[in-house]
Amino acid sequence: MLGSKKFLVFCLVFFVLGLMSANAISQRLVLTGSSTVAPLVGEIARRFELLNPGVRIDVQTGGSSRGINDTRNGIAAIGMVSRALRPSENDLHGFTIALDGISMIVHAKNTVSALSRQQVIDIYTGRITNWKAVGGSGARITVVNKAEGRSTLELFLSHFKLRNSQVKPHIIIGDNPQGIKTIAGNPNAIGYVSIGAAEYEAERGVPIRLLPLDGVDASVANVRSGDFPLSRQLNLITRAPPVGLSQRFIEFARSEQVHDLIEAQYFVPIEAN
Amino acid sequence: MLNSILRAGAVISALVMIMILLFLVVESWPVLTHISPLQFFTDDSWHPLEGAYLLMPILAGTLYASIGAMVLAIPLGMASALFIVYYAPPYLALWYKRLIELLAGIPSVVFGFWGLTTLVPLINQIHPPGASLLAGILILTLMILPTITLTAYAAFVAVPDEYLRNATALGMSRWGMIRGVVFPAARAGVVAGIILAAGRAIGETMAILMVAGNVVQYPDSLFDPIRTLAANIALEMAYAMGDHRAVLFVSGLTLMFLVMVLSSMAGWLGKNRHA
Repeated sequence: MLGSKKFLVFCLVFFVLGLMSANAISQRLVLTGSSTVAPLVGEIARRFELLNPGVRIDVQTGGSSRGINDTRNGIAAIGMVSRALRPSENDLHGFTIALDGISMIVHAKNTVSALSRQQVIDIYTGRITNWKAVGGSGARITVVNKAEGRSTLELFLSHFKLRNSQVKPHIIIGDNPQGIKTIAGNPNAIGYVSIGAAEYEAERGVPIRLLPLDGVDASVANVRSGDFPLSRQLNLITRAPPVGLSQRFIEFARSEQVHDLIEAQYFVPIEAN
Repeated sequence: MLNSILRAGAVISALVMIMILLFLVVESWPVLTHISPLQFFTDDSWHPLEGAYLLMPILAGTLYASIGAMVLAIPLGMASALFIVYYAPPYLALWYKRLIELLAGIPSVVFGFWGLTTLVPLINQIHPPGASLLAGILILTLMILPTITLTAYAAFVAVPDEYLRNATALGMSRWGMIRGVVFPAARAGVVAGIILAAGRAIGETMAILMVAGNVVQYPDSLFDPIRTLAANIALEMAYAMGDHRAVLFVSGLTLMFLVMVLSSMAGWLGKNRHA
């Protein structure tokens, strides 16, 4: 009997404590949108919460279009969109927090120095199967593609106007490091990964080479300047010019305090102005 | 008091198991209600974002890789166990057994890393792309070999000495004794170990994800890449939403079903231990 009474008191104490902590959270911010941006914003939000006790930030995914809808309807204070805003969306206010670029990579021993847009498409759809056809040595091409749902895959497909079912891959990989190791271990492979990751590894002597695209070198610098074609903005959007907590969070997400978080996800921080 | 603690412990572990199963069903339910389960068999390909959910090549890939690994690992494991118990000089047997135990302790991601950086490039030189069913089978073999060896070892050691003495007294050769006396006596233990190893092979994720190539297709040869059920979940779960997420839970359910079949086989064999 005594045991169950104690248990009851225990439960009550927990319940009250729970209520108190719920009240202690004075401010709440809801963000929804792109699954590319969400992991990064989640990290930024965690750091923001640490610096601002009493603030609770809720990050939900659902795609860029959900971010736009929720922001328009006021369900979310801030939306996350992994592309530039379209002219039809000029009712919204966009704030770029980072850039995302991907680069075609081949093994360092590969003699092909550049591929045209059409050549990349032909290789990925299986119309070109030998490096000889694009000026390389006579070896079979190993096509490395990303797993379904990855944002890198989405950006790659939309840039080359392909559907994933048209791609004829030989290897499917998950994250960037796995992709880089796969290419580094196979002299005849071609793949694509985030430029940040590829540049980092190539500088450290991993035998991969970043291929220029449409005559523009694949580099973080060219992504930052906006010259590199296979890149996109990662944006936070609001319905009205941000004030209060939203404004503080957006300023924080664009500040140098989060550059390490952005780079850890292989995105490119914007220049501080 | 002790009785109720034990009972509570048992109930909790049983509940956890049932909750996991329920969770899998609940999470995969949305997709099971509005697409026909037939689609898992008849769709053209596995492109969940384009509404194509062909699961069969993934199931086939899982079975091919596991069965291939069993075909290699069973003879090797049995031979290793026999070597330790009946053939090796004592000091060598001790070291060899320690080595096998060490192999059992290597984390699967280390196997995967080694496979990706060493084994796959090697196979690539024979037949591109390197990441293939063969690489998956070889890595899985390495991973389940110690399980088979150590359980077979335990089963062989447990064969009563009197059986062996009688066999020797009858003038049987060493191999004759192993085949005629040790194998039948140790059968249940050896088979249980093999089933345990099969369970590990079917559920292995990280290592196979790194070496098997992960292309969803029926392989034409050992050099073609495959995807397994476990790798499918690990590969796509991080970014999956809606139906895509739900079909990954369906792969989880399928995986669970495979393992349940295996474990009920183990239970059945255990019951017939002395048959």
